[in-house]
Amino acid sequence: MTFPRMGQIDIPVQTLFTELGHQVVPPPPVTKRTFDLGVKHAPEFACLPFKMTLANYIEAIEKGAEAVVTFGGAGPCRFGYFAQVQKGILHDLGYDFELLLLDPPGAETRELFRSLRFLFGKNLKQPGRIWRALRLAWAKAVFLDRANRLYRRLLPRVAQKKAAEMEYQKFLRVMAAERDLHRLELVYTALAHNLDNLARLETGRVLRVKIVGEIYMILESGVNFHTENILGQMGVEVTRSVSMTHWVEANLLKALFPGHRRRTELLSIPHLTSFVGGHGRETIAETVDAGTNRVDGVVQILPFTCMPELVAQSILPDLSRRFNLPVLSLVLDEHSGAAGVTTRLEAFVDLLREKREKDEAKAGV
Amino acid sequence: MATGFYLGIDVGSVSTNLVVIDEKGSIVKKIYLRTEGKPIASVQRGLNQLGEDFKDHEILGAGVTGSGRKLIGKVIGADLVKNEITTHGVAALQVHPGVKTVFEIGGQDSKIIIIREGTVVDFAMNTVCAAGTGSFLDQQAKRLNISLEEFGGLALGAKVPVRIAGRCSVFAESDMIHKQQMGYRLEDIVAGLCEALMRNYFNNVGKGKEILPPVLFQGGVAANKGIKAAFEKELGYEIIIPEHYEVMGAWGAALLSRKTGKKMGFRGFSLSDREIRVESFECPDCPNCCEIVTVVIDGETIPGWGGRCGKWEKGVSRATG
Repeated sequence: MTFPRMGQIDIPVQTLFTELGHQVVPPPPVTKRTFDLGVKHAPEFACLPFKMTLANYIEAIEKGAEAVVTFGGAGPCRFGYFAQVQKGILHDLGYDFELLLLDPPGAETRELFRSLRFLFGKNLKQPGRIWRALRLAWAKAVFLDRANRLYRRLLPRVAQKKAAEMEYQKFLRVMAAERDLHRLELVYTALAHNLDNLARLETGRVLRVKIVGEIYMILESGVNFHTENILGQMGVEVTRSVSMTHWVEANLLKALFPGHRRRTELLSIPHLTSFVGGHGRETIAETVDAGTNRVDGVVQILPFTCMPELVAQSILPDLSRRFNLPVLSLVLDEHSGAAGVTTRLEAFVDLLREKREKDEAKAGV
Repeated sequence: MATGFYLGIDVGSVSTNLVVIDEKGSIVKKIYLRTEGKPIASVQRGLNQLGEDFKDHEILGAGVTGSGRKLIGKVIGADLVKNEITTHGVAALQVHPGVKTVFEIGGQDSKIIIIREGTVVDFAMNTVCAAGTGSFLDQQAKRLNISLEEFGGLALGAKVPVRIAGRCSVFAESDMIHKQQMGYRLEDIVAGLCEALMRNYFNNVGKGKEILPPVLFQGGVAANKGIKAAFEKELGYEIIIPEHYEVMGAWGAALLSRKTGKKMGFRGFSLSDREIRVESFECPDCPNCCEIVTVVIDGETIPGWGGRCGKWEKGVSRATG
């Protein structure tokens, strides 16, 4: 079976399914071919996440996957239709596979039960195995997010940035292969230790940029031209709230604990009163949060034609003025070139540096 | 007293501009060339022309900007490689220290730069679409069979500009042909196109930006009187076109190189006579398969770039295999 790819989500997901006794064919990392396949077979004005996940399935089915596991949704974002439309496209193209859709409870409950039975059915008599698989996968997701935060914080501060990237890549490989829950912490500590051993730069206070926007575009570095790395290389610390574990918590736990999303709602409601789908509301809430904390600038990343993020984008100039906080919106599509992204980020960092110098000079007077 | 000069090069998609400035920052010489898809060759042509006047003078610093800045920066040995937003802002401030807004429209991109109290505080560039850029005008002028030079003047003669849907140049064309068939005057159609570009610009890059005068209009399209008129009609006040509007990016790069001073060392105007070859290949040394670009000048390889591990930047000349 296979699943859509998004950042490092393949590591915990593959772990979960493998531990449950399934044969997993993860989709290969995003390459030029992934872009070509997605653009060729998806509707022209569909968003990049739709195109890329469609291509993920094609590339995984070519490698032998027979079932696709994915999430559904029921909000104003097109994500809710992804699976059905992609299934139709793939069947028209002659790809044969089983779609296992995990819709939120309430919408298609029968479908949900069918998918859950397929995933967990073999192990119903061994609840311990299911529990262990879930715990291992979740622990990996937690350590991956933690390592990612550490890496983002250290990258602007170390002298040998390439060496830091190599360490991080090595960590990802080891993490993917590890099967023992109790050794995960060691793997993480090894990374922290190795990163700590790298020579530091004399940086003073490092500029902090918060990334907000659509989750797929933020997490999948293959489509955002490694934005976080580019900023890190320029000596900027990247922070963000959007992450794998955050997404799971927001989407699954919300069903169990209705109070979970209160923070997002409280922060965004003065500026955006309705739920616009996707991460539109999070984008607003996180920008407000950035405006009231020590963040120098905000970068919004969104796919071309994304409705929820477009609504958020139209509110951002207002927040930018209110909090005296520079905001850059990066609209990305298959046409975008790395040079264009770098140019915008470079200019944005120049702007932030100058603004800080001025602000500090003013404060000094 | 021996005088030194600073060199600035802007390698854009459509044009390659070179300027030489003196120590006070004023432009001594400027060259505007078509890139025609060959950035190295056009820079060589430009250096050749500049060499005639400046080969006996010292170049104290060289700055490069524009979409081809990385490649050209390596080739010429630039002291400073800077994005075009910063360089355009710097040049605008040199011309007009009180400037608050900069419109820059080039071949394939258009940008707006918001400046307050002498610093860039916000900017936007067009994304994923060439609507609102010079290419749009280029296309439509070709379809109307008039040169870009005539274009702006024609627009000024319009009595009633026709409304043309300008969001996409394909739709603009069908709309324009329809208006021609209806018998509208050419002047009115051309003025309509200028207004379409202006609307695109405000919708695309100007959205949500606080546009305050004084406004400086720079980039190749600023030569077009019709566009200037369309902007002024919409804004309700006059916009300023600086004397060196077409080379502002290069000027900014030169000004910035004056600030940073010598780092790499300009390889000299003689570059124009040397054989420069660019080679790219996939590095076979690890599964990352990075695309490496190296430049060979007269048989001598200068450090490549594009790898994620950093060894090519250090001057490794070939894969270890």
